[in-house]
Amino acid sequence: MKNNWPLWEVFVRSKNGLEHRHFGSLHAADADMALKNARDVYTRRNEGVSIWVVESKHITASNPENNGELFEPAQDKVYRHPTFYSLPDEVKHM
Amino acid sequence: MSKKEIKNTGTEATRSDRAEATRSLEEIFEQRIARDEKIEPKNWMPEKYRKTHIRQISQHAHSEIVGMLPEGNWITRAPSLRRKVALLAKVQDEAGHGLYLYSACETLGITREELYEQLHTGKAKYSSIFNYPTTTWADMGAIGWLVDGAAIINQVPLCSTSYGPYARAMIRVCKEESFHQRQGFEIMTKLAQGTPEQKAMAQDALNRWWWPSLMMLGPTDAESVHTEQSMKWKLKRKTNDELRQQFIDQTVPQADLIGLTIPDPDLKWNDERGHYDFGAINWDEFWQVVKGHGPCNKERLSARVNAWEEGEWVRDAAMAYAEKQEDKKLKKAI
Repeated sequence: MKNNWPLWEVFVRSKNGLEHRHFGSLHAADADMALKNARDVYTRRNEGVSIWVVESKHITASNPENNGELFEPAQDKVYRHPTFYSLPDEVKHM
Repeated sequence: MSKKEIKNTGTEATRSDRAEATRSLEEIFEQRIARDEKIEPKNWMPEKYRKTHIRQISQHAHSEIVGMLPEGNWITRAPSLRRKVALLAKVQDEAGHGLYLYSACETLGITREELYEQLHTGKAKYSSIFNYPTTTWADMGAIGWLVDGAAIINQVPLCSTSYGPYARAMIRVCKEESFHQRQGFEIMTKLAQGTPEQKAMAQDALNRWWWPSLMMLGPTDAESVHTEQSMKWKLKRKTNDELRQQFIDQTVPQADLIGLTIPDPDLKWNDERGHYDFGAINWDEFWQVVKGHGPCNKERLSARVNAWEEGEWVRDAAMAYAEKQEDKKLKKAI
């Protein structure tokens, strides 16, 4: 057990027109094997038309403990939403 | 409120401050689960929650992996191409389900190697049902119909469990599992409609797999040590006895339909309860198998250990090749 295969994250586009979505992870020796394994593990029933794999260590994730300072500032900015603005009743579509 | 308490866990906090903070964190955590909010890998969680999840998810993953062995036994001897492709696909799904679950488990901060180590040393358990032998082709029918049937009953409620990665893995598993039960029931149906020998073979398989399938849903509520906490964390949404009753109520009419007899003389519809009453389960047998004394415990475990040990050179070779390719790329770049 000296050489453990690294962990990869798998993203699958389920059909053209949709974005790639995180499907899960797996272990593989290299990117090529990760793609092949991803095909067998995550698309046995036509779940995808395109696969991305990226080694998990390359992903930088935000820390939920910082969620306050990261995401709360957006909460009081109601003026970023169309409903903040009043329109005369006569205007039907805008 | 939560922010202040999280800050309390910093280095300057005294021990009692820290204990206080942990308590409040735990309260916030329990409230989140009560509100049906999911817990994700990087969220704070009580150590007991993490450990319990590692235990249950890994046990589940190991069961999928070991569960390939009794069926793998029959792939080369399937009676037709139709049966063979179905069994192959089912066993491949089980490998996939094991992998989804191992990945979910790894998000709790345990490595794949540690998980295998726990299985191989007997520290981690897998479902006791896979320690029974598959002696005839009809066992493929009985396993799909009964064992996968019981597994589905157990797994469907887990799709809404509180730990996000586990719930997502279970949604995928459940989607794929329903064909497993159907192909098993189809095998049983065909055998039951076949020659007297074929029908006898189906009945024999039902006789052997019925009771282990009931045991598979776990010890009675009175004996189950983890139920209460697991219900609170939505790691379990129904008790073992409720799941068992549901399994029996749903399976008995299916056996009637194909003309097979459930091997339980005490089985009787109870109008008042709206459920079937059933005979006593031999829990001594269950605990014997759990403790490693089932008919195939040694065989199953040694098959896994051998596969891991004999595959080591392949894993090493793949890594060596990957490193070599990487070096080549670097040299070219220079």
